[in-house]
Order: sequence, then structure tokens, then C-alpha cells
Amino acid sequence: MTVAPISDGRVRTGRIRTNGLAVGALAFVALVVLAVALAPVLSPYGVNKQDLVRALEGPSASHVLGTDSLGRDVLSRLLWGGQPTLLGVLVALIVFVVVGVVLGVLAGTLGGWFDALVSGIADILMSLPGVVLIFAVLAIFNQELTPAMIALGLLGSGSLIRVVRATVIGVREELFVSAAIVSGLGPVRLMARHILPATFAPVIIQASLFAGAALAVQSGLGFLSLGVHPPDPTWGSIVGEAAANLAKAPWLLFVSGGTITLVSLALALVGDGLRDVSAARRRSDGGARTPVRPVAATRPAGAPAQEGVVLSVQQLEISFGERVVVRGVSFDLRPGEILGLVGESGSGKTISTLATLGLLPANASITGGRILIGSDDVTGADDRGFEGIRGRRVGLISQEPMVALDPLFTVGSQLMEVLRYSTSLPASQRRGRAIELLTRVHLPDPAGVLRKFPHELSGGMAQRVAIAVALAGDPELLIADEPTTALDVTVQAGILDLLRELRAERNLAVLFVTHDLAVVADICDRVIVMQNGAIVESGSAEELFANPQAAYTRELLASTPSLVRAS
Amino acid sequence: MLRLLARRLLLSIPLLLVVTAITFFLQSLIPGDPARSLLGPSATPQQYEALRQALHLDQPVIVQYLNSIGGVLHGDLGRSIFTGEDVGQTLANRLPVSLSLIVGGTLVALLIGILLGVLSATRGRLLARFIDVFSLVGGALPNFWVGLVLAAIFAVTLALLPATGYVPFEESPGDWARALILPVIALALSGIATIAKVVRDGVSTAIGQDFVRTLRAAGVPRRVLIWKHALRNSSVSLVTVVGVIFVASLSGTILVENVFVLPGLGSLAVAATARQDIPVIQGVALAFTVITIVVNLLVDVSYGLLNPKVRAR
Amino acid sequence: MSAVLQVEGLEVAYRTRGVRGRSVPVVHGVDFAIAPGETLALVGESGSGKSTIGNAILGLVPAAAGRIEIDGRDVTTMSRSARRGMARTVQAVFQNPYGSLNPWITVGQTLAEPLRIAGRSRPETSERLRWLLDRVYLPHDALDRYPSEFSGGQRQRVAIARAIALDPKLIVCDEPTSALDVLTQAGVLSLLRELQDELGISYLFITHDLAAVREFAARVCVLERGRIVETGRSEEVCDNPQHPYTRELVAAAPVPDPVLQRERRELRLAAERRGAASS
Repeated sequence: MTVAPISDGRVRTGRIRTNGLAVGALAFVALVVLAVALAPVLSPYGVNKQDLVRALEGPSASHVLGTDSLGRDVLSRLLWGGQPTLLGVLVALIVFVVVGVVLGVLAGTLGGWFDALVSGIADILMSLPGVVLIFAVLAIFNQELTPAMIALGLLGSGSLIRVVRATVIGVREELFVSAAIVSGLGPVRLMARHILPATFAPVIIQASLFAGAALAVQSGLGFLSLGVHPPDPTWGSIVGEAAANLAKAPWLLFVSGGTITLVSLALALVGDGLRDVSAARRRSDGGARTPVRPVAATRPAGAPAQEGVVLSVQQLEISFGERVVVRGVSFDLRPGEILGLVGESGSGKTISTLATLGLLPANASITGGRILIGSDDVTGADDRGFEGIRGRRVGLISQEPMVALDPLFTVGSQLMEVLRYSTSLPASQRRGRAIELLTRVHLPDPAGVLRKFPHELSGGMAQRVAIAVALAGDPELLIADEPTTALDVTVQAGILDLLRELRAERNLAVLFVTHDLAVVADICDRVIVMQNGAIVESGSAEELFANPQAAYTRELLASTPSLVRAS
Repeated sequence: MLRLLARRLLLSIPLLLVVTAITFFLQSLIPGDPARSLLGPSATPQQYEALRQALHLDQPVIVQYLNSIGGVLHGDLGRSIFTGEDVGQTLANRLPVSLSLIVGGTLVALLIGILLGVLSATRGRLLARFIDVFSLVGGALPNFWVGLVLAAIFAVTLALLPATGYVPFEESPGDWARALILPVIALALSGIATIAKVVRDGVSTAIGQDFVRTLRAAGVPRRVLIWKHALRNSSVSLVTVVGVIFVASLSGTILVENVFVLPGLGSLAVAATARQDIPVIQGVALAFTVITIVVNLLVDVSYGLLNPKVRAR
Repeated sequence: MSAVLQVEGLEVAYRTRGVRGRSVPVVHGVDFAIAPGETLALVGESGSGKSTIGNAILGLVPAAAGRIEIDGRDVTTMSRSARRGMARTVQAVFQNPYGSLNPWITVGQTLAEPLRIAGRSRPETSERLRWLLDRVYLPHDALDRYPSEFSGGQRQRVAIARAIALDPKLIVCDEPTSALDVLTQAGVLSLLRELQDELGISYLFITHDLAAVREFAARVCVLERGRIVETGRSEEVCDNPQHPYTRELVAAAPVPDPVLQRERRELRLAAERRGAASS
């Protein structure tokens, strides 16, 4: 068997691009830290060197960022003032990371009462009024900054404990951890190899966010002249001095506060960039999506809709940006007919059916051909164009019944909402109609089901409710997108029986999308086989199974296991 | 649901103990003695002893702590070492100022944040991009600096609004509102950014989900899907961040009150810190903790109201 | 020849979360055995306990009672470190090839992991890695790539390569093809069959799909809510099911032949109507 070529560049280039801004931000932070560390070398003037003659001057060649009210050089004071400021942030950050990671990993690994205890501690830490307690510490330790910053790290660590704990627990439930255990990994190696690395990204993200917050608190304290030992500056105290001269020298405020803002913005960017990178790695296709270039739908003067055709798809072409994913797809569907659309993932079967209801994803568009529902051309129509069509003439049931209903509303509220928009029934009759619909799909105790939330239903019941929702506006066409794939085989048989009954009773046309040829054999009158966005074969079900023409159809049939040995 | 609430209430007891204990026991580490610093160097030993007894400073620390807990339970928060005022009374006087700020800031953040969030989730890329940048910058701006910049622009340069001071609501609702506009904006800015982002993520996630497609295909109009289903589905994370923003505003208000010279709990805490007035700091910490506990309880109750799965527990 | 896997009276229970967590039994007294080179299927619907049995055999969940003998050694009473040593004897291929490979490390690192733990030297390991990739028809440059660069079928091949790295006697295959497309499914099953012929591995094949059982497994145990209700040769169970539940499963599963399926469906519906009339 050959292996499809793997495009190598995709993931890597995506990674670098999302990183660009974050790398720049990181470089900026590093530069600021370096400059502050080298303040004794870099600062052009002494930190407290006064020159009262030149007080409150604007930027000039001799004082690049101007002077303050005592004629001190602002650049020099910012460089020196950065030392206690960033040192304070560093102390808080170290406490934050050590406490958060150690307690979080232990809680996530050991579980039991220790986990309960640590989670309680984390909750308490997160509910404490942080800054006031830091004030208390400052008051008690006579304005010493270090104890206050240790307290800040400790108080902040609650959120990190939670994040690390949740990450550890999440990773331990991953299949690859099971696989590693089966491979014979001991607890230490498991931790070092699979669990700790997964916490790196969240820890760095949280740490960068916390560093920004710590900087804000630290400079806030300085602004309030707490933990400051005049005349030695901190970034916050420089803002405080600037505030005192607001009317005379507003630029001082922008220089001092701007420095804090830029550093804290850079820290936020580092965290943000990392979040994007770690999300990209988890995606199955690491590449970024190509931007959408909407292409006006070309509408060739195709054949007029035939009499008695419920749905007519003519030379349909669908594209994601420049990439054409469906081309030249045509078929008609008549009342009372069940048409199967079969293919593997990526064959374009689902995207083609979504197009008929105007439900394409935002980055996809119809770039050719047309779609007629009855005699109405709905090619590329917007929500308004589908008014009176969705629900009233076409219904949809989809693959995952458990997520097909809004989890926050009862079955009754959703069913009656749909009745409100897809029928002209007066409000007083909607409940009775809802009960009728649930009875029609063979749900026992329909009045009880109305009061239930989706999570209180089994998969089979939920799919029956979804069918009732689709039938609410009494449509003539039902689009069923893999409606039984997520269900057990005995439940599947019941749903297929129901669809056959509804077809017989209402002369309903059904477009049935599936990957399963056995299901097709059970329910479809006609079949279309799709591969790579195009139709490879179509015909009546009996014909196609008995005498497949296309090589691909034959291959599919040969690969489908059968419960019954072919005679 | 009930278990969740019970756990919260149970946790609030150690929480209160921790707060009072931290502030109380740490003060025994203070070098020097409040009685001495209150009396000054010229006091006689008799005066000193009398004051120590009056302040119960002659008893062991643990007894002092239990006494103070007993006092708190009776509503007695002690007296300011510096001014001698009753701490409970001082807190009561200043609470409305801080609450106006915090509640106002949270409400403003909520309204503007939801609007921006929903619009950016549903109206194209440009606004979404703007919200991204705005939420990064808004989160990074220190609120006291924002306050100063606002004061520089709207009060000093344009002279539209007062730069400092507070007018009680009973005296003049109009002036009360004018005095609060700039501080509330300064306090709300980062909250707006956070809420806009949470709402945008929540709404755009919800819009991509199967149930929205189901209802859309069944004929439910888009505005109902967005403003009812999508917004409701992001409400759980929304309530969480509103709680977080409210609690964070307690810290934020300390700085903002000082920028705009508002007589709230925050400026009280700063003044008390500068002069080591431990009973007052303790009182503010206690008040903030109680507010935090109440907010967290409200958040938990809302979870139950918003999410049927939680309600069932 | 003695069995590679012998399960006797196996019971497994899950604890519900919380302080007053109750113990909910999910597997009740299950017995079966697998001979060397044989494939035994465990078939059942969701909630039948089939995956739980697999996890108990792999040591991922504890057995509440009963014996699990792998290659003649009871693993339920083993120390943890001895249990880890069983990695050379029993391995696993899981359902979801997207979750079963660590996204943060390369395919080469994933495959080398069991070999390094088993104490193979570096040159031995790198030679073995190339041999493994040849066995599962993946190119050698796959070693330096991350799982996100592979399709579902390719990832499942990586997972199979990891499972055969230490020459195990038994592989627990937990729905190894149900997340894959039909053609990919067929490819993975034929790869598994080929490896069995070449290396003499036994498979415990856990699935919900009776048709796949018939194609792939010699014998089958049908599970209903944690109990084995029927055991037998796959063809016999599929063609002539004895237990009512097995009959229901067989009747409900469609076959890819419209004419035959119509007959089967009419028989099933007639039987259901008789059942409804008589009750």
C-alpha cells in the first residue's frame, strides 16, 4: 500500500508565523530587562542627581526623555527604577510558579484527600482580597517590598494550581498515556516524558499573564508611595511624581506609564502567542486556513426544474477559497424517494448537502452550478433567501443526536420555538402539536419528554426528537447527514424503520448521506457514489450493488465487511 | 447544586479565619508597639500600661485573636489605632463610595463587553481583529495610569468633568454621576476587554455547533439563534468572568480611588497602611472578603440557574 | 498448546466520583481464553463492558475479582513493577488514532519509547525502528515527524508499529478501525492479519461491528451488559445465533446487498410484530 505524500512545510510555517509577534514581544522584554540590569552603565546621569534649573523640561538631546520636577533625568530614573520594580515581579513570579506547579502536579497525580485539600486551598487563595492583604503585609513589614511580593506570588498561585491540576488530570486520561503505560513506562518516566511536558505551555501562558498582573500591582504600590524608599525611584513612584505635575508636564505621565504599559503588553503578547502555538499543535491539520475570496456564483441557464422534482442539484461546484472541493455534482430527488449519497471522508458528500440548505461554513462558497428546491433557485442565497424554505420545505437531521439540541433548553421549549417560526400555528396550539410530533416518532410519554433536557435523553431518543424537530414545519424533503453513524446497531435499525414509515406516510423525499454501504442497501432506492468531490457512479441501489461499474465502487464494496457470506 | 453551595459556604469559614488570622498574627511581628507609637516618647509608664490594658495588648496573642473574633461576631471591629474612630462605622461610611464604583464599573464592562463581543462574533473579521487588539491592550493598561490619563484629558485639558472628589448620591445625583464617570471608565476598561473576548469566543463557538445548525435548518431566524441560544450558551463562562472581574475590581478600586481622591474603602486602606493602622486594614480586608464570598455565592447560584446539568446535582 | 490469555470469573467495577463514591459493577464474571496465533472478538453495544475488559487485561483498570492469566502468569496479583514487565507480552492498539499518539513528541520518539524501556541499546533501537516502519508500510522519514502530519490511517499504522515493537504475544485491539474510512479500515485489518501470520501474535479484537467480526476473528464472545451471553465460532454465531440478544444484534445489522437486506428486514419486522402481538 502506498502512503500519501505528506506536505512537510505546512505545520512549521504556520508555527513560525503565529510566533512572529510573540518572539518580538519576548525580545522586547529581554531588552528592557537587560537595560535595567545595566542601569549603572547605561544611565546618562546619577539616579538622584538634581538640576533644579532644568526642572520639568521636555525631551532634548541632553535629556532624551526630559526631566522631572527636581530636574532629574527621567531616562536614568526609569532605568534605575526598573531594578526594584522588575526584581519585585521576579520574586512574585518565582513563588507563583513554584507553588502553583508543585501543588498542582501533586494534586493532579495523587488525587484523593490531598487533591481535595489542595483544591480547597486554591479556592481560598482565589477568593482572598489580594491587594488588601498585600497592604497588610506591607504595613506589618514596615514597607519592605520583598515580603509583599512573596505574598503576591502566593495569593496569585491559586489559579495556576487549578490550571496545572486540570492539565495533569486531562493528560492522564489521554489515550497516549494509556498506551505509554501499556508500553511499560513507570510513574517517574511517565511524569517526565508525557505529563510534565504537557503542562509547560499552560504554565508559561499563566506565568506571562501573572507577570503582567504583578507588574501592575508592583507599580500600583509604587504609585501609592508604598514600599518605596525615597528618593530612590520605582516605575510606579515615577508615575506618582508625574501625577503631581499633571497640569505642567503631561508628557512625564506618558513616558512613565507608557513604559509600564509596553512591558505588560509585551508579556501579554508572549502568553497569547504561546496559546496559539499550543493550540495549533493539537489540531490535526496544523496549517492555517486560506483566506476566503468569495466568488460570485455563476448561474448557467441550466435545465428548468422538472415537474415533481423536490430537489435539483445541477453542476454544483463548491470551493474553499481557491481550492475546489466539489465539482460537477448533479442529481434530482423526487417525492417519496430515498437517495443515498455515499463516500469516504473528504468525498464532498456532506459539504454538498449542507450547500442545499445554505449552511456552508463561512470560508466555503458555491462557485458554480445551481440548486433548486422545488422551483426556487436557492444557489448562494442568504438567510433571508432561505426564509420559508428551511423548516417548512426542507428539514435536517445530523450525525450526533446528543449535540443536535441546545443543552440549555428543554425539548419542549426548542420544539415549540421551531413550531413558532416554521408554522403558522397560534401559540395555544403549539404544545398539542409538539406532543403529536413526539408521538409520531414513537417516543413513549411525549408530555414527559417535552420537559426533559437533551442530556436526560439516550442517543436513540435524542435522534427521534431531532427528527420531530425536522418534521415540525411539515417539509417535503428531509436531509439526513449520517443520522445513524453514532448509534448502536439495534437503535440504528429503529431509526431507519421510522424514516421508511415517514416516507410511506408523507411521501417524504430523503437525501441520505452515509459512509456505510450496508445502511445504503437497507434504506436507499437510488445511490450516488462520490470520491474527491465528484460523482463516480450513480444508479438504482439494486443495480449498483449487483453490477458496480466504477472501479472505486467495486473497491468500496469489496472492502465493506458483510455479516452474511456472499452466496 | 446544593452540594456546590454547601461547599462554598463551608469554604468561606476557613477563608474568613485565614484573612483575620493573617492580618492578626502578622501584626505581632511588627517591631515596636502601637501603644508606644500612639502615646509618643513623653508618656509616663502608668499611661503606657493603662493604654496597653485598654487595647488588650498585655494579653497573649492567641487570646487577643480570639477576643477580636468574638468582637467581629458581635459586629465590633475595634477602633483605629490612629484616629480612635470605630472601624465598623468608618467602613459603613465609606462602603457606598467603593460599591458605586465597583458595581458601576462591572455593569459598564458587562454592557459594552457583551455588545462588542456579540458584534465581533457575528460581523466580520475587522471588528474581531479590533477586539483582539483591544482586549490585549485593555488588559495591559494599568488602571491607575488610565485614570490619570483620563483626568489629564477630560478634567485638566478639556475641563469637562471633575478630576477629584466625591458627591454623595443623596446630595446631588447629577454631581454624583459626574464624579464617578471617569473612575468608572478607568475601572471598567480591562473588564470590557475581558468580557468582549469571552463573549466573542463563546458566541462564535456556539454558532459553529450542531444544535445551532439544527435549529437554523428548522427555520429559526438568525437573530434568535445569536441573542438567545448562542449568548445563553456562553453565559456560564460569562458569569465566571463577571465574578472574577468584580473581585478584581476590589483591588482595582484601591488605586482608582486614590487617583480621583474618592473617600472609599481603598483610600482608607492606603492611608491605614502608610501609618500601620492594623485594625483598619483588618476591617477593610474583612469587608472585601465578605464581598468576595457573596459574589462567589451569587456566581454559583447563577451556574445552577443557567445550566440544567448543574441544577440536577 | 496453552492459552496466551486466560480470563476466569473477571469482575470489574467503577467507582463513582465524589466523597460517597459508590462502586458500580460493569463486568460480571466473564470467562474466555485465547490460543497462540488466534483472534478472539469481544462484540457488544455501548455499555456492554467490552472496552472495560480490555482495559482490565492491560492493567489500566483494576479487576475486582477473578483471574487474568497472560502467558501463564496471573497479572491481577502482580506487583506494579512486574506488571510493567508484561509490556513485552501484551500490547494495545486503541480506537482513536488521534488521541493515542502524544502530539508533542515525534513518531520516532513514540516508537522508541518501549524499546528504550526494555533496555535496547541505541543502535539496536534505531535498526528496530526502521524494521517497524517497513512492517507497517510507512516511509523511514516518518520518524522525525509529529503525529499531526499524518492521516488517521497512517497514525493507526504508527500505533500498530508501537504495539509490535517488543514482539508481544497478545495485542488488545480496542475498536482499531471504527474511526477510519472503509478502505482504510480494510487496509488496517489486512495489515493486522499479515502481522499475525508473520509473527504469530494473538489478538483480542474488541468491536461493535458483527460484520467485521465475521471477516477478522475466528471466535467471538457476545457481551450484553457486562455478561457473555454467547460464545462460538464467528461464522456459526453470525449465521445461527442462539441467544435472543445475539439474534437481535444479527437481525439489526444491515448487509451490503439490497435484495438480501430486504428479506432480512422483512423477517425482522415480522418477528417484531409477532413479539408485540404475543406480549
